[in-house]
Amino acid sequence: MNRIISPKNAQKIMKTVFWASGLITIIILLIIIGYILFEGLPVVNLEFLLSDPIDNGASGGIAPMIVSTIWVTLVAVCIAAPLGVGAAVYIMEYTKENNLVKLIRFGSETLASVPSIIFGLFGLAFFIVFLGMGFSLFSGGVVLAFMALPTILQVSEVAIEAVPRSYAEGSLALGASKWQTVSNVILPAAIPGITTGIILGMARAMSEAAAILFVVGASLDMPYSIFDPGRPLPLHLYTLATQGTSLANSYGTAAVLVILILIITIVTNTVVENYSRKMMGR
Amino acid sequence: MRENIEEFLVEKGLLITALSSIIIILLIIFFVLSQGAQSIQSVGFFNMLFGMVWNPDANQYGILPMVVGSLGITALALLFAVPLSLLCSIFMAEVAPNRVRRLLKPVIETLAGIPSVVYGFFGLVVLVPIMRVHFGGSGFSMLTASFILTVMIMPTIISISEDSLRTVPHEYKEASLALGATHWQTIRNVVFPAAIPGVITAIILGMGRAIGETLAVIMVAGNVAQFPSSILDPVRTLTANIAIEMGYATGIHYSALFATAIILFLIIMILLVVANYFHYKKKVVIGGGYL
Repeated sequence: MNRIISPKNAQKIMKTVFWASGLITIIILLIIIGYILFEGLPVVNLEFLLSDPIDNGASGGIAPMIVSTIWVTLVAVCIAAPLGVGAAVYIMEYTKENNLVKLIRFGSETLASVPSIIFGLFGLAFFIVFLGMGFSLFSGGVVLAFMALPTILQVSEVAIEAVPRSYAEGSLALGASKWQTVSNVILPAAIPGITTGIILGMARAMSEAAAILFVVGASLDMPYSIFDPGRPLPLHLYTLATQGTSLANSYGTAAVLVILILIITIVTNTVVENYSRKMMGR
Repeated sequence: MRENIEEFLVEKGLLITALSSIIIILLIIFFVLSQGAQSIQSVGFFNMLFGMVWNPDANQYGILPMVVGSLGITALALLFAVPLSLLCSIFMAEVAPNRVRRLLKPVIETLAGIPSVVYGFFGLVVLVPIMRVHFGGSGFSMLTASFILTVMIMPTIISISEDSLRTVPHEYKEASLALGATHWQTIRNVVFPAAIPGVITAIILGMGRAIGETLAVIMVAGNVAQFPSSILDPVRTLTANIAIEMGYATGIHYSALFATAIILFLIIMILLVVANYFHYKKKVVIGGGYL
């Protein structure tokens, strides 16, 4: 053993190293968020948020992009949430750990690790080439739903597992059926965790650009229905930045995205957690 | 009787939702394979995988430069991210006071939640000019891309390693401390070794994220389809190849981009299987089945 440094000194040195690593992580976040907000916030005002882009986004606002983001996220959540929560309920309450469950888990893990660009190619091959649909926010939303599904499934599973067994036993002992127990006892108790899962899935859908690159059409016009083409915020930022259209508007768009993510993190960390403590009686 | 039918329908309905992720992954595999088959048939799988030149205009579809680009950027990113992430995860699981931990957790969640495009944009406007000034060249390089990926994969590695450090039974740690070992000796010789399978899973999942990242990498890597001669050369990754050329590709070229995705998918699947192996190993090792 190396005894040049005494265990006591090694302990002191390593404690400093650990504190430094934690500090570096915080500093990295502060630099990135601080820089984007510092450059972007002066651009973001009500007019920027509510007006149409002019000259391919060189000036003007990002209203159609915000609407596009809302549409694709809504479509994604409306599809992914029932599928993900339903699957979690089935795995946790309706079946035992068997080969089917292992297969479902493997499927969702694989889905979670498929690179976003492959989702993009799938969207292109399925919606545009195979079904012959035009570019639309709907197709983008469906692709994003597939991406968000594993997140919602995995977080919901953990939430349902955390509900004390005695809750379900109490309900079943009172003569309630399985579905009555699930819908009236287990799901309400697990709602905070499930909500977190849905919000995380939503955040993933909202911040994704590569997966919808080939299906939403990148139109700058205001989408009037989900079957119109559109250009969600991340895709807008990508296009502005890589084509060098407008640095100011790129900063503004990036700042809006960062603010959205900050809000989501704060909401999941405070509101949901407080509610969860109440429901679980902890 | 009516209730029985309802129960039956609910169960079958839930079964269908449970099967959805399998159906979706099969759909994805089917459609990507079917579009990529044409080019693999005409060029040959190994000619493509080990082909040195990517030049669609001359009908050359070798993707080895992109495989090297993807793996190179990922290796560099891991080199930076793994030490820092592991230190940070140990800090969070073992060293940090509760209040600091409660501050760090949302910080890491936020880092994980920031859209990849925003990271790429930050790299483009901040990191690329810095690299240009200090290392010469255009500033778009393998090294620049790996810096951005480092920040992007750190949350993955930190949170999974931290979980795995936390599942190490308390008795292990207490026994070591009771023997007079310092906290650092306990971490190094007891807690960390016991958490190794989980840590490896974390690193592999971070690796998967790095290989799969597309737009952030495109914005900073330079995207020249060639073998890099140094880490300051621009490179193109597999993902970038697909995203950049899909807009105008037709015929064999179009199909070759799907074939690029097939090879990317194979790399990810290999990683996933390895990660699973360590994940299940962890379940057996920790606690030795007695705790």
